[in-house]
Amino acid sequence: MIKKLLSCVREYKLPTILTPIFVMGEVVMEVLIPLIMADLIDKGFYGESMEAIWHYGIILILAAILALAFGALSGIFAAKAGAGFGKNLRHDLFYRVQGFSFKNIDKFSTASLVTRLTTDVTNVQNVFAGAIRVALRAPLMLIFSLVMGFRIHQKLALIFLVLVPFIGTGLIMLAKKIHPLMEAVFHRYDDLNAVVEENVSGIRLVKSYANEELEKEKFGKVSKDIYDGFTRAEKLLALNMPIMQLGTYICILLISWLGARIIVLTNSVELTTGLLQSLITYGIQLLGSVMMLSFMFVMATISKASIDRVLEVLDEESDIQNPKNPVMEVKDGSIEFDNVGFSYVGDKKKECLKNINLKIKSGETIGILGGTGSGKSSLVNLIPRLYDTTSGTIKVGGKDVKEYDLVALRDAVAVVLQKNVLFSGTIAENIRWGDLTASDKEVERVCKLAQADEFIQGFPDKYDTHIEQGGTNVSGGQKQRLCIARALLKKPKILILDDSTSAVDTKTDSLIRKAFKEEIPNITKLIIAQRVASVQDADKIIVMDNGKINGFGTHEELLKNNQIYKEVYESQTKGDVSENG
Amino acid sequence: MAKVSSKPMPKNFGKIKKGTLKRLVGYVKGKYTLKIILVIIFIMISAGANVAGSLFLKVLIDDYIEPLLLEPNPVFTGLLRAIGTMALIYLVGIVCSYLYNRMMALVSQGVQRDIRNEMFNKMQTLPLKYFDTNTHGDVMSHYTNDIDTLREMLGRSFTQLVQSVTTIVGAFVAMVRISVPLTLFIILFLMFMLSITKFIAKNTTKYFIKQQEYLGKVNGYVEEMTSGQKVVKVFNYEGESKKKFNELNEELFGHMYTANKFGNVLMPIMNNLGNVEYVLVAIVGGMLTLNGVTILTVGEIVSFLQLTKTFSGPLMRLAQQVNTIAMGLAGADRIFELMDEEPEVNDGKVTLVNIEENSKEIKETKERTERWAWKVPQDDGTFSYVEVKGFIEIKNVTFSYDGEKDVLHDVSLYAKPGQKIAFVGATGAGKTTITNLINRFYDVEQGEILYDGINVKDINKYDLRLSLGMVLQDTNLFTGTIKENIKYSKQDATDEEVIKAAKIANAHDFISLLPDGYDTMLTNNGANLSQGQRQLLSIARAALGDPPVMILDEATSSIDTRTEKIVQEGMDNLMKNRTVFVIAHRLSTVRNAKAIIVLEHGKIIERGEHEALLAEKGEYYQLYTGAFELE
Repeated sequence: MIKKLLSCVREYKLPTILTPIFVMGEVVMEVLIPLIMADLIDKGFYGESMEAIWHYGIILILAAILALAFGALSGIFAAKAGAGFGKNLRHDLFYRVQGFSFKNIDKFSTASLVTRLTTDVTNVQNVFAGAIRVALRAPLMLIFSLVMGFRIHQKLALIFLVLVPFIGTGLIMLAKKIHPLMEAVFHRYDDLNAVVEENVSGIRLVKSYANEELEKEKFGKVSKDIYDGFTRAEKLLALNMPIMQLGTYICILLISWLGARIIVLTNSVELTTGLLQSLITYGIQLLGSVMMLSFMFVMATISKASIDRVLEVLDEESDIQNPKNPVMEVKDGSIEFDNVGFSYVGDKKKECLKNINLKIKSGETIGILGGTGSGKSSLVNLIPRLYDTTSGTIKVGGKDVKEYDLVALRDAVAVVLQKNVLFSGTIAENIRWGDLTASDKEVERVCKLAQADEFIQGFPDKYDTHIEQGGTNVSGGQKQRLCIARALLKKPKILILDDSTSAVDTKTDSLIRKAFKEEIPNITKLIIAQRVASVQDADKIIVMDNGKINGFGTHEELLKNNQIYKEVYESQTKGDVSENG
Repeated sequence: MAKVSSKPMPKNFGKIKKGTLKRLVGYVKGKYTLKIILVIIFIMISAGANVAGSLFLKVLIDDYIEPLLLEPNPVFTGLLRAIGTMALIYLVGIVCSYLYNRMMALVSQGVQRDIRNEMFNKMQTLPLKYFDTNTHGDVMSHYTNDIDTLREMLGRSFTQLVQSVTTIVGAFVAMVRISVPLTLFIILFLMFMLSITKFIAKNTTKYFIKQQEYLGKVNGYVEEMTSGQKVVKVFNYEGESKKKFNELNEELFGHMYTANKFGNVLMPIMNNLGNVEYVLVAIVGGMLTLNGVTILTVGEIVSFLQLTKTFSGPLMRLAQQVNTIAMGLAGADRIFELMDEEPEVNDGKVTLVNIEENSKEIKETKERTERWAWKVPQDDGTFSYVEVKGFIEIKNVTFSYDGEKDVLHDVSLYAKPGQKIAFVGATGAGKTTITNLINRFYDVEQGEILYDGINVKDINKYDLRLSLGMVLQDTNLFTGTIKENIKYSKQDATDEEVIKAAKIANAHDFISLLPDGYDTMLTNNGANLSQGQRQLLSIARAALGDPPVMILDEATSSIDTRTEKIVQEGMDNLMKNRTVFVIAHRLSTVRNAKAIIVLEHGKIIERGEHEALLAEKGEYYQLYTGAFELE
């Protein structure tokens, strides 16, 4: 697990290794400096020698310069290693997700992937940066201080050995108690977010039912929950500092008392006042590193969840892979389903498509109709291999889709997804997703086909109009038309529209269909729709019901012999005087 | 929506308004004055104990070790007593630091809660315009990011500040008492150190802001691409998206590296300048002591050296707090900005009251009855009553959201009690605006709207809105049970009433089929229900409120034909016996309307009944026959 993360270090190996080395140097200097200070006091002041003060003063300054150099270098290398590690980790995750199949994406859900690639990465990066600098520093400091303490006076240093585990367990036990409390508070924060989010997005409802008081009450409740949770945790957290102080003060007092006795009784032979002072400094450093370790422990438990989530993404293998010797060209737009069954979870019992057999000739226009959950989208998603069939085979252009190169297949089969999105950028940039090298003329041509050119020309910036993320600044119908144009630019052999004109008015809808018929007659077109009007003049119509093909034929045939089709048709046209004149 | 981790830098970072700190202090004062005074006292005692600790070394060496060394038979009772005294001082310090940490946490949490609640309560009074002109993410970040900065500032920085100042003052006094010239020297050196800190901190802040900005950019890009991942796949766009990502990621790396470089280097520099200072003091002090210029004992110089450490430590910590404090104040600034928004005007004096059920005259009653009346105050202090019928008149209304572009232009229409009026027209024609004006989400500037003959501006807003039901295009459901969601329109409704309303809306059937029935928990805007089911619930909710006038904005989202039929029936039931304004997208709705209003660019271009309008062969005929989906 750690190994996989460490592989992100890559070209930043040198700074990653140098950081702890310089940290070590820094720690050594920090440990030595109090010792030099002790010599300065003992030999300079108590020895009443100005020469000694100069001597040790200069040594001390040299030591400080070295410590500064080590500290600065470790800091710089740590910054480089940390930022570099973060960069590579982000890179690896992003690349991994780019390779995901639809099934992989469904498994994680989009929202969760976004959290993993943003919040969690930052957390992991912070742990790494902390680990190479602090995690080493604390134990090193602990060990060196201990060693120096023992060198000064063995018996007195035993005090450290007694105090360290005592304070250490105290702090860690405290942290362990606080951690779940904090976790609980963060869950309450989710509640608070939910209340505010629901209030803000439902503000029309709140106001129209004059329910402001109820909302205030709701908010007051979660707000109080957060207050209660935080105070519960903070009351414990308030113990952290006193525990540290207790340890430090006990250490100072014990060393003072015992040290003073030793100095006096041995007449400054075993211990000097200067060394006594150093010993106290080591004690404080030692306990400081214990606190740092307990802090690291808390950080690690908190980030454990983030590390796990990031690793889950890195460990996920895409379940759709390119074949070994892929076919690079799709010959024509014919489609053939041979006994196809499909389940999103790969379980034969939970199939949402069963026994599908279908033959579509190149250039045909096929309408697909059916209720929610009848399997329309699943059916078309199998054609460009967005998902793999659970059983049976699908042939495009006479060859099994699994034999094609994925890019070649998907270039030939353009899908306009039901939940479609536009990206931030200009209209032209969005359309060029279909073909990056397309000329302006080409872009305009497909927009005309999709009946989008007219409204684009109506914008002040025309094709350079900026689209907000998700396309929130164009209407639903406009968005759908842009998405269709984008797909057309690919010059596909098969075009699939998954309920892609639901927000387009029927007049424009029929214009789009007319343009398709006249301008791109050779492309096989599959059109999923709710409105019979959108599909009734197709060459053939598929009626889906419960994962099965319930009917397949022309409008007239289906009206005669398909019950579902007849019902839908009648309910949509019932009493429509204008239709009959 | 996913939360992006990077905290956006406050908009006006670095430019904090003048009154902000004072205002923030206002929240602490009053309610928490006593606690804060105690906190400050406890911090002072605790810091004092710490300073006493560094002075103790001098006492230990000068008063005990040195004299005892000279004695042939040293007696340690005096030393023991001194250590005991110190232990007591320390103990008091420890107790005080526990007390102030605990109390300050309570104060900080209390202040956050107070501000949070006040902010939300204030937000409830804001006009719709506020919500329409601010993004949800932005509004929400007030409750998370901005409050968080306050927590950091109040919880940590404040105590750190008081503690540091106390320690500095304490150490300073002690240093002055030992040697004035040495203290002056220390101060000079500190000024030098601070100027270095300032220089580095300036760079750190600059690059830190850059780093946050790019972290935001990278995260934003990742969010956009990941959200659209399926489209990326369909278009074989992986290569392009990787390319762009790498560019951004590389930039982020650069800024992150620089920012952290400066940040990481600061501490070693400060620490070791501290060491240099130590040496300089030692040399100067040595000259002073050993050359006999001033009479300084060795103990004094040793504790002075100790004090220099005590003195510069908190100063450095203080410097580190500057950023947090600036961020906290910027957060407070944003919070106060929201609180200072102008609330909705609600000066209507006409209120809604129940009247007796079976009396011919209008008699006000405290009981909840099925009959309602407007209670209109008269000049002489008495009241007159107008029974609520649901007669709406819109007279010559011209309206603009921004004061520049008219969205409605001289619109007049009326709906008699029980009539159904349908609005049709393209996006932006002004359909929603009319409904926004009826329930006073926005206020009419020119012209007037009358409800049962009373100007809606004279009616108390809450009462006006209670008399108007609304079913919106986007169904909003709240976290809670189905029952609670239906009861949103009438909180004291009985279970029977809820079920009755659900039956009217055609929602009862599907609710009964759910394992927990009416107690089914809904989360995430009812994500566990289908689009159609959610619509049925919002109809049931409106039905329970049973208002005389309804405003319906039909949903355009595609639901399958069978569900649509059920929803349609529910809608039809709801509309019975009410005055209804409907923004129509469906054939049947329009056809059954008493009058159809065709809007274009804020003007009524045609009006009349379905048949008559068709016969006119005007715009409506065009829309109806050619393009029915009007959005």
